[in-house]
Amino acid sequence: MLHRRQTLSLLMTSAAALTAALTAGSPSALAQAALAQSATPVRVGEINSYTGLPAFTIPYRQGWQLAVEEINAKGGVLGGRKLEVVSRDDAGKPDDAVRVAQELLSSEKVDLLAGTYFSHIGLAVADFAARNKVPFVAAEPLTDAITWSKGNRYSFRLRPSTYMQAAMLVEEAAKLPAKRWATVAPNYEYGQSAVTWFKQLLKEKRPDVEFVAEQWPAQGKLEAGPTVQALAAANPEAIFNVTFGADLAKLVREGEGRGLFKNRRVVSLLTGEPEYLEPMKDEAPEGWIVTGYPWEQIDTPEHKAFRDAYGARFKESPRQGSVVGYATLKAIAAALDKAGSTEPDRLVAAFRGLSLSSPFGPITFRASDHQATMGAYVGVTTVKDGRGTMKDWRYADGAAYLPSDEAVRALRPAE
Amino acid sequence: MSRLEVTDLARGFGGVQAVSGVSFTLESGELLALIGPNGAGKSTCFNLLNGQLRPDSGRVRLDGVDLVGLPPRRIWAMGVGRTFQITATFASMTVAENVQTVLLSRARRLFGLWRPASRQFRDEALALLARVGMADQADRPCGVLAYGDLKRVELAMALASDPKILLMDEPTAGMAPAERLELMALTAALVRERGLAVLFTEHDMDVVFGHATRLLVLDRGAIIADGPPDAVRADRRVQAVYLGDES
Amino acid sequence: MSFLLVQALSGLATAATLFLVSSGLTIVFGVTRIVNFAHGSLCMIGAYLGWSLIERFGGSVGGFWGSVALASLGAGVLGAAMEVGLLRRLYRSPELFQLLGTFGVVLVVQDAVAWIWGPEDLMGRRAPGLKGSVDILGQPFPLYDLVLIGLGPLVLGLLWLLFTRTRWGVLVRAATQDRDMASALGVDPARLFTGVLFLGSALAGLGGALQVPREAVNLHMDMAMIVEAFVVVVVGGMGSLTGAFLAALLIGQLQAFGILVFPQITLVLVFLFMAVVLVLRPHGLMGRAEEAPPAAATAAPVLRLGNRGGWIAVGLLALLAAAPLLVGDYAVIVLTEMVILALFAASLHVLIGLGGLVSFGHAAYFGLGAYGAALLVRHLGAPMPLALAGAPLVAGLGALIAGWFCVRRSGLYFAMLTLAFAQITWSVAFQWSGFTGGDNGLLGIWPSAWASGKAVYFWLTLALCAGALALLRRAAFAPFGYALRAGRDSALRAESVGIDVRRHQWFAFALAGSAAGLAGGLYAFAKGSVFPTLMAVSVSVDALVMILLGGVQTVSGPLAGAALFHLLESQVMRATDLWRLLLGLTIVALVLLFPRGVVGVLSSRRERS
Repeated sequence: MLHRRQTLSLLMTSAAALTAALTAGSPSALAQAALAQSATPVRVGEINSYTGLPAFTIPYRQGWQLAVEEINAKGGVLGGRKLEVVSRDDAGKPDDAVRVAQELLSSEKVDLLAGTYFSHIGLAVADFAARNKVPFVAAEPLTDAITWSKGNRYSFRLRPSTYMQAAMLVEEAAKLPAKRWATVAPNYEYGQSAVTWFKQLLKEKRPDVEFVAEQWPAQGKLEAGPTVQALAAANPEAIFNVTFGADLAKLVREGEGRGLFKNRRVVSLLTGEPEYLEPMKDEAPEGWIVTGYPWEQIDTPEHKAFRDAYGARFKESPRQGSVVGYATLKAIAAALDKAGSTEPDRLVAAFRGLSLSSPFGPITFRASDHQATMGAYVGVTTVKDGRGTMKDWRYADGAAYLPSDEAVRALRPAE
Repeated sequence: MSRLEVTDLARGFGGVQAVSGVSFTLESGELLALIGPNGAGKSTCFNLLNGQLRPDSGRVRLDGVDLVGLPPRRIWAMGVGRTFQITATFASMTVAENVQTVLLSRARRLFGLWRPASRQFRDEALALLARVGMADQADRPCGVLAYGDLKRVELAMALASDPKILLMDEPTAGMAPAERLELMALTAALVRERGLAVLFTEHDMDVVFGHATRLLVLDRGAIIADGPPDAVRADRRVQAVYLGDES
Repeated sequence: MSFLLVQALSGLATAATLFLVSSGLTIVFGVTRIVNFAHGSLCMIGAYLGWSLIERFGGSVGGFWGSVALASLGAGVLGAAMEVGLLRRLYRSPELFQLLGTFGVVLVVQDAVAWIWGPEDLMGRRAPGLKGSVDILGQPFPLYDLVLIGLGPLVLGLLWLLFTRTRWGVLVRAATQDRDMASALGVDPARLFTGVLFLGSALAGLGGALQVPREAVNLHMDMAMIVEAFVVVVVGGMGSLTGAFLAALLIGQLQAFGILVFPQITLVLVFLFMAVVLVLRPHGLMGRAEEAPPAAATAAPVLRLGNRGGWIAVGLLALLAAAPLLVGDYAVIVLTEMVILALFAASLHVLIGLGGLVSFGHAAYFGLGAYGAALLVRHLGAPMPLALAGAPLVAGLGALIAGWFCVRRSGLYFAMLTLAFAQITWSVAFQWSGFTGGDNGLLGIWPSAWASGKAVYFWLTLALCAGALALLRRAAFAPFGYALRAGRDSALRAESVGIDVRRHQWFAFALAGSAAGLAGGLYAFAKGSVFPTLMAVSVSVDALVMILLGGVQTVSGPLAGAALFHLLESQVMRATDLWRLLLGLTIVALVLLFPRGVVGVLSSRRERS
């Protein structure tokens, strides 16, 4: 039988316990008090989908860990203050990410926020950052919205966006003789905007092309056989692919089995990134035009230094995410030093037009839309020593694939 | 016009004719027993009368109004109460609340979202419980009651809607002999007080012949005898197909 | 023509996999009456085991098929172990606990598999001798898919032989018909059930291992598989093997041709199909009526309306109201979320605790409220108060529509229909980018200026939620709550005393939906954004876990459960990457140790002393 008195008193105890846990129990509060003097570290709150997407976020985490170690070994930031990262998992859910961001901000007293992989989580945290007037460096999300339609004063993005990567591929696609194109893309914002941009930009360069088929599999639920068959039935001369991960592997296998790729060129977004290419081992597609990261072949001094340091520290080769994580923290350190302060508005001012060196070469955060000019490598996939890699690649500098400052100003909401 | 008039009721399941051509009447103040061997169609008959089953053909008229095709709750609202062979009360409520729920249903207040139900119709519920001898257990949960007590709660619940007709499916099954007679005496008293018409099924022949004012004998879905106890007892066909087997 | 034929063949290959996995699920359900959420996890384990074995031995034809068989056996053994360790203790528990217990296993397996095999997708070897394709009317078709198409009917045939020609199979069938009959036949039911779990899990493992040559083995296979298998089993009729076969065939074709006709709405299509089948055929294509509609709890205790409770509630409210003066911003945020979740859990409790209706898609109404508020702000520029008023209305309307269909079914079919509606709502939010913002959601849904302070918003939330909770509580003790409980305790009796059970359940569904909608609206403004994830299956499951934690049969239980759950989740997530493992183990432990929930256990202890 129900004793309400009992249950309510339980509620009260748990509420009291919670209050205690949330106030006194926070170890960082104590740490903060102890370090209140000169040597206070600069704290970066970092959020990513570590449990939701470990294959991508763990190389990313190792990347920023390496950067933090290097920065602190060289004396930290702002003339001797240590850089400290407080990292949290967002469980792959935007509402959890926003709560964690709040916790980082109010309990951990971080000076700025960074991270996120999924576009929707990146957008949620960016919106939170704008409202709370704290700088946020979106590391990995690809959506154009984060710098354009939903852009805000406090959010910056490092990785080349969907638009940029599509533009890089269009340049190559326009050179192909193919006139009949088919597209296959996951049915959500990323896939939709990639296809939209690709079609629009390709038509601008090649008014003679037509798009004869579109497939929109649900992300992670690609029905490979029927999808491949439907694409083949439209008899396109070339295919633009946006699927990735498990869907891509299915598409490649089924496509090979059914001869979809025979005598057809495929242009494919992100497929050259080791995260996607390497799991396919010797079955990696041959001859696809892709954006990616041929880590073992890039021999610029910046990249060699990074690759060696990463290999020495983690005993494995870097991934695209490793570079992004590394560059994110390097950019934060550079911005802090440029601003000479952790004060949010000065940091924002410092990020605008901030130039720094990354493993991919020099990059700049554009003042107009807060997008970094980090580029990607565009090349052709091939299989070498039983492993997928890229050949005939070149570095496409992001600066060359972004609309002009005036054009993006029209895309961004007024501040 | 009779209170209840059943004409040519029939219902089959697959190829089996569970009830066929059943006709009878029931008047106020009557305590009519429906008897017959197992599988004779008694329960089907009951389910046809209160709307749980739909007859293939035939009519059921209450004060001249046809009930066929109406759902159980509508038939109940028109004045046909029912108790079940296997007791069915609301186990998560107290005895009084069970009766109050029925009273609330009769008053069409069950969509009320504000006033606590336990404070509505409590006196009426207690009065009904007193009538069946359950007032002292009014605040016990139904889930813990003895079987015989549950049967009496069911009776109180059935009476709560102030029915014209009461259908009782084996009202005394599972009770001790003394309890049986007590419950039937109570039922008989209620019939007299309220001008009720009761139709009940029963296995115990002492109960049947001790209390029923009239008997219907059902065999293989058809009525083979209808009359006062003594006449039925003397009926050869009844003796052959039914009583003969039993005794 | 040849194209359509090959498309149909592709559909058949999909159907074969679907059938293998769902046959195991339906067999397990038929005998144990447990809906095994962990079935998808066993399939994933089969795939991972298969990958490891095939990498090692899969170079030859014999090695490959041997590896597949071994992986299937491995999954079977794990399934049997799960029966002995967990399910065996749950057969007499209410259905909700069985579902949650197996869901705990899902969480544990996710972390365990990631730990053993690593996070990266694993591309396995192709089947030796079956790498190529054959020409069918001029269209190339993979050989391996042809083999799969043959495997479906072959397995069905073998199962048919097993169930008709062996003593064990006959016993299993007897147990499927009537659980008590098996023991009457002198069989140890425990061993029979272990065997059934072994068989079902081995089939799941087989389905998983057979995917190795087709796709990269990955950590999302479990949920992808279980959702599809559920649909197949429900459409086919739970417990029916031939039903599952038929449903798999239909769904395979639906997907193959669906992408030609409606390439954009593939997600909705399958659930729409399930909803239509359930509305037309209450027990699926080949299902039988359930023996007894499963209830939320076996013996529901009496609810008592006390007088002192009011004062304690007022005290608690005062304490909570004072909280923002004492604690920091983050704590206020967590408290705000807790209060919102308490209302969400309490709204689900109206259905489960009072109506005995276990909804598996309650997140839909939480999400509809959130989206209702956000869309009012976004498209109509509504101010916060208006948007908050709109939230319960939108959600209530949605619940009114879905509820009309759902309450026409009982037990598991009710649960599956609610799930189907939730998935449809989710798909619309996810894929209709133009209106709902798609997966990128709607941003900038922040409170009006006067309520933008964290403390003020907390007070607003507290006031609205406390008000709504008080109303729900009044309703529980008002005649409406009694009618609901009457329908749950004995639908037969309720109908025969004039209670329109279905109508009450329908209204309860709408009431619970509106309350969840209010919670959703408040959540939207607390977070500043809404996303389709708010309607995901996992959110519905969260709500169930909250109720389980607090105890089903208490009115205040869900509140304590929500508070405890949110505290656990937010604190554990902060502390470790292995939070799924911990959460899963907690759920399993709770199900085994506190089947009445925390509050339930405390009160019963009080009662005894």
